[in-house]
This record gives sequence, structure tokens and C-alpha cells, in this order.
Amino acid sequence: MSAMWRRLQVKVGPARGLLTSTQVTRRSTWLNGHLSLCQSFSTGTSLRNDFFKDLETHMEAMRKKAMDALPGSSWTPLEINPNLPPERADIVIVGGGVVGWSIAYWLKQKEMVRGGVRVLVVEKDPTYSQASTVLSAGGIRQQFSLPENIHLSLASADFIRNINEHLGVLNEDPIDLQFNHLGYLFLASEAVAHIMEENYSTQRYAGAKVSLLSPTQLKEKFPWVNTEGVVLASYGLENEGWFDPWTLLNAFKRKAISMGAIQCCGEVTEFKYTTSVITTTDGEKLDLRRIKSVKVQMPHSLEYQPVECAIVVNAAGAFSGKLTEMLGIGFGPKQSIAGIPLPVEPRKRYVYVVRCPDGPGLDTPFLIDYSGVYVRREGLGGNYITGASPEEVTSAWAGFYDYNTFDQNAIIGTHPLINNMYFATGFSGHGLQHSPAVGRAVAELILDGNYKTLDLSGFSFNRILTQEPKLERNIV
Amino acid sequence: MSAPLTYLHRCCQRSVLLVVARRQWSTNSASPPPLHRRLLLFLTQRFYDVEMLLRWRYQAQRSQLQKKNVYYSYTQRFYGPDIASAYYILSLKGGFRYVGQSEWFRTNQRGKFSWDFLNHKNTPIEEADMSYTIINYTGLENLERQRSLRTLKLKGCPEVDDWFLARLHLFQDSLEELDISHCPRITTGGLAALRNLKGLKHLNVSSLPGISNPGLVIILLEEMLPQCQITANGYDHNLRKVEEEEEEQMQRQRSLCEETKAHNPV
Repeated sequence: MSAMWRRLQVKVGPARGLLTSTQVTRRSTWLNGHLSLCQSFSTGTSLRNDFFKDLETHMEAMRKKAMDALPGSSWTPLEINPNLPPERADIVIVGGGVVGWSIAYWLKQKEMVRGGVRVLVVEKDPTYSQASTVLSAGGIRQQFSLPENIHLSLASADFIRNINEHLGVLNEDPIDLQFNHLGYLFLASEAVAHIMEENYSTQRYAGAKVSLLSPTQLKEKFPWVNTEGVVLASYGLENEGWFDPWTLLNAFKRKAISMGAIQCCGEVTEFKYTTSVITTTDGEKLDLRRIKSVKVQMPHSLEYQPVECAIVVNAAGAFSGKLTEMLGIGFGPKQSIAGIPLPVEPRKRYVYVVRCPDGPGLDTPFLIDYSGVYVRREGLGGNYITGASPEEVTSAWAGFYDYNTFDQNAIIGTHPLINNMYFATGFSGHGLQHSPAVGRAVAELILDGNYKTLDLSGFSFNRILTQEPKLERNIV
Repeated sequence: MSAPLTYLHRCCQRSVLLVVARRQWSTNSASPPPLHRRLLLFLTQRFYDVEMLLRWRYQAQRSQLQKKNVYYSYTQRFYGPDIASAYYILSLKGGFRYVGQSEWFRTNQRGKFSWDFLNHKNTPIEEADMSYTIINYTGLENLERQRSLRTLKLKGCPEVDDWFLARLHLFQDSLEELDISHCPRITTGGLAALRNLKGLKHLNVSSLPGISNPGLVIILLEEMLPQCQITANGYDHNLRKVEEEEEEQMQRQRSLCEETKAHNPV
């Protein structure tokens, strides 16, 4: 049937050519009013041509209608929006940034059976205009003071080194993260030098390759650094550098979708949950909530789809605080557990691009000063990315990052009052570099019940309830 | 007399491997892939079984690579780190020379080598030639204890990538000569990691297909390593290609203008 239509279309083609030539000449004689030369001097096309052009479009439309009517086509008389998420999903991940997609990938990687868990990733903004993933400087370092952070970075560096084996899709191009292998260079003044030395021993113990430099050694290695006021410097030798966050996000997304994760563009506006009241040993009554379904609203419309789910993962980054407020966390009486909100709020951070043609060159490390100013090279043309305002600027961008107001470290795990919501937020600038390892940890928590490879129980919600901050010393 | 000939023969064999590896990795070639590859792609997109078989084949290749580059802890425990590194180099079909000796230990065409190297106990290795071998990041662990390594030749190794170069900081005090030409997986980010090798005197970065602006990168490398002599052949620094592209663009624009004029009557 379709072959017949195609043949018909082919026949119209040459026929049209034959007819138009005669039409043109007839028109020219009419226009001039009297018998004149059959040559046409006009450069425009004739009116009669349009009939055949329309005929072609009509034939095309009729062919499409015929194909739709045949069985096997996806046409339905009920015009359902194809962008709606499915009605039921096992795990709904709220937030489609690098952490959200990393969790989706690891969940699909760890499922025992093909199609074992139905994972839905809900992202509000497909352009990622306000997401912290794409607006980050893209650096990865092991120079932390908490051993958990160091292990997370080491595991993520291992993942990124073997990224083609983890995230490579058959018959697609290999992933090129444009990883620049240059270490981070931290400069310490007199006041903070002892902290740097303690951190150095923690880092070496955890397995990071870091070296301490005195001011003379620093001057020898990097002659362009101003060593005034600098007492000690720590330079990362391996597994440190910066890369392209957008490529990593797309790699996770592509692999997760190829393994069966479902992507949805929409905003989570409401949770439907059941509440059961329990009494603690002190006699206090607590509301234990269990999420039954998530209401996903389509962008710029009132249409929504309630998705029944078993587990919700909060990877919404800067907007995770707003999400937990929907469940009533933070609105209870002040002294109780329900009264403590999730301490994550969006904080604006600015990144500036400066141009210095006489700058340091290929081997500029990611330099971080004790005052908090950081600078790194971008490309080969003498552009540098820095984060604290200089005088003259080539361009700038700003992004929110999920700032944990409590202790600037990640919050991973469940909330005591919500049965089935897992948090993976509050990274305060380290989300990108920890994303592969955190994704694996959360997938282990959900599917295996406990941490298997890295023990991140230090980052659980309990420290916020007991008000014991797990601070990182020397952060930017 | 026969040793250099066999070496040459082996190099020719390995260069074929390299070309094949490069084609697999880059899909930006101007010509369409050959018929059997297109057929395989068509079948993979239609049948789960074909996809599974191809994935198994890929995983088998990777696991074979990992097995060859495993850490020789057993050998290290019984014979010491130097013999273990020597055995690793020989089993990967490379060659090496001990400190204080002038004799090179190599494998022949079939991969056989003599066990004479066992006679020199506790002598560190001074020069290692791993050209056209499948050495990779994990394999470098076997050479970690060789802190008096002066020359390292990695010409045409398909598995040497930026992470490998970043790990070379282990030899920062002793390494004087490094040859990483014709390695398809090295990019600019990895070359930047060579700044840790402060004792480097000779560096060969010829014909690296992975770096995008070879001229600029070589200049920056020379700035970064002032005491080092950098050899960089095999790059096309001509501006003729750029001029041809500009001409093509102008021709395309001209033809577009003509087409639009033909469609829209004045």
C-alpha cells in the first residue's frame, strides 16, 4: 500500500515538469495581451506551479494518514500528552543533575534482573539554566580533611579513569571528558599552616598522592606565584584536575536511559503520604510519614500526573529544602525532630572569566588561596576562570549551589520521620566530584540496605538532629 | 644483527594494530565504515542477541587486557621487585636494560625470551622499551619501584592515556627521556601532567592524533619544560587547509544566495 503511494509520487514528479513548461508559455502570451514571443522574460514562477506544489503536499498528508490508519502506527484518537511520566514507578529521583543521574545509573547497574527496578528521573528544567552541575568549575581533588570525602574523591577518580568501561554504550563514540591532569595547589598562611599539615597526614593515610611544598620549593616549581605571606603549600600529584561536567552528565544520562531508566521533564509539586503516629520511649508523639505518590506537573501547564512510587530520592540540589518542606519537615514544634528543617538552601556563587595573555601557561594548577580566591586555566588561549571579583572581566556566570548551612558537607541517607525518602544533597560545591561514588553509595543503600564499598554513615541526617556538625577544615 | 630486524618486523605488525584501534575509536572519519561494520551495526540495533554477543566480545577483550596488566605480586614476593618488573616487561613483549649492563633483554617474534635476566639479582632497571605493547595504568604499578628508570619508550602504545602520563610522576627524579609518539589516546590534558618530570631532557611527542592544536600545544610544552628538548614531527602545520576551508565556505554561501534568489521572485 505504501509502496503504491510512493510510486504515485514519483510519477507526479516528471509529469509536473512536462506540464509546467507549456503553462509558462501560455501565461506569457496572455499577459502581453497579444500574440508575442513565447519566451518569458519574467524571473518569477508562474501561478500554475503552485497547484502542483500543493498537490504534492496533499499527497504527502494523505500518505501519512494512510500509514497512521494501518496497524502498527502510534496514532490514537485520545490525544494523550506523550511527555507524561508513567503512572507507577519503583524509585522516583527528584532532580536530574549529575547526582540524580548517577544514582539512576547505579540503580540500573546493580539491579539483578533486566527491568528489576523502574527508575524515573524528574527534572524541572531541561536547559539546566539554574542547576549547579553545569555551572560548576568542574574540578576534582583529594585535598579534604575528612577521610570520607577523600575516599569519595578517590573512588570517583577511579570511576572517571575507567569511564568508558562503565558508561560506554556499544557503537557510540567514546566519552571524552577533556580531563586536565593538573593538581590543586592550596596556599596556606601562618595561621592555617598547622591545619594544612594535619590534613596532609590524613590525606596520605587515606591514599591520596599529595606533596607539601615550602615557599622556596613553591617558587622553584611555579615561578609566577606570589609567595608573600605563604608559609606552606600543598600540591596534588595525581587524580586531581578538572573536566567538563556537561559531558559527564550526558554520559550518565545516556547510559542510564540505555539501561531502561525513564526521563521526565516536570516539577514535583506535591507528595501524597500516609501518616502514622508513634510514641517514643520518652512519651513524645511523632508523625511517621510514608510517601505514597508524587505529583509531577508538566512545565508551563496545569497538566499533572500522579506517580505511585515506593521510594523517592531527593537529589534536587539547591531546591531540596523546598522539596522537604512539602512533607512538613521543619514545621513541627521547635524542640522536636519535626521542627528541624533540611539545612540546604540555594546560595549564589559567581564565576568569572579573565583574559591574561601573559599568564602562566599549560601547567597552571587549580590555585586556591587561603583567602578563598581560586583560579584555573581554561583552554589554551590565555583565559582563566576565577571566583572572587577582579577588576576587569571578560565574561561571568552565576549559579546556585546547594549550600548546606549547617556544616557544608553532604547529607546522604534517610530522614527518621520519612520512611522512604533518601537524601543525596547539600554537597556545597563538591557534588560533581563526588557524584559517581555517591551514586553508588545511595544505590547500595536502597538495593542492598546498607553501605557496601564506602561507609558514609557519617553523612547521615542524625548529625543534624543531634546538632553535631561534621565540619571540613579549609574549604572553598 | 637479527635483533634489530626482528624489532622492525614486530613494529610493522604492531602498527597495523594501532591503525585498527584508531578506526574503532573515531567515528569522525570522512568515509563511511565498511560493509561488514555497517551490517553489524544494523543487526545490533535490531536484535538483542547480536548486541549481547558484541558486548561479550568487547568485555572479553578488556578482561584479557586486564589479565596481562595485573600486578605481579607473587613474583615480587619471591624474586624481589626488580626481577618482577623485568618479568612483567618481558611478558608484555617489551625490552629493558639493567643499570650497569649494556645488554638489552628482549623477546623474539614468537614472544619467547631467555631467562638470563634472572642472573642479575637486585639490579634496578635503567631503560625500558615498551613500544607497541598493551601497557596501561594498572600495569605501571609493576614498574613503580624502579626509581632509577632513565629512559621510557612508549611509542605506539594503544592503552597509554592521560591517566598513565599523570602517574609518571613516580619517576620524576630519574626520568630523562620519554617517547610517547603515535599513542592515540593522549590528549592535551595529559601532556600538561608532564610538568612534574623536572629532570626530563628528551621528549618525543610526534604524531599524536589526540591533540587538537598541535602547534600551540608544542609551544606551550616548550615553555613548560625549559630544559627539555622536544621532538614533534608528523604534524601538518600548513595554513593551506584553513584557506581551502574558507574557500569552500564562500562557495557554499554563494550557491545558497543563488538558490534563495531562484525561489523568491523579486
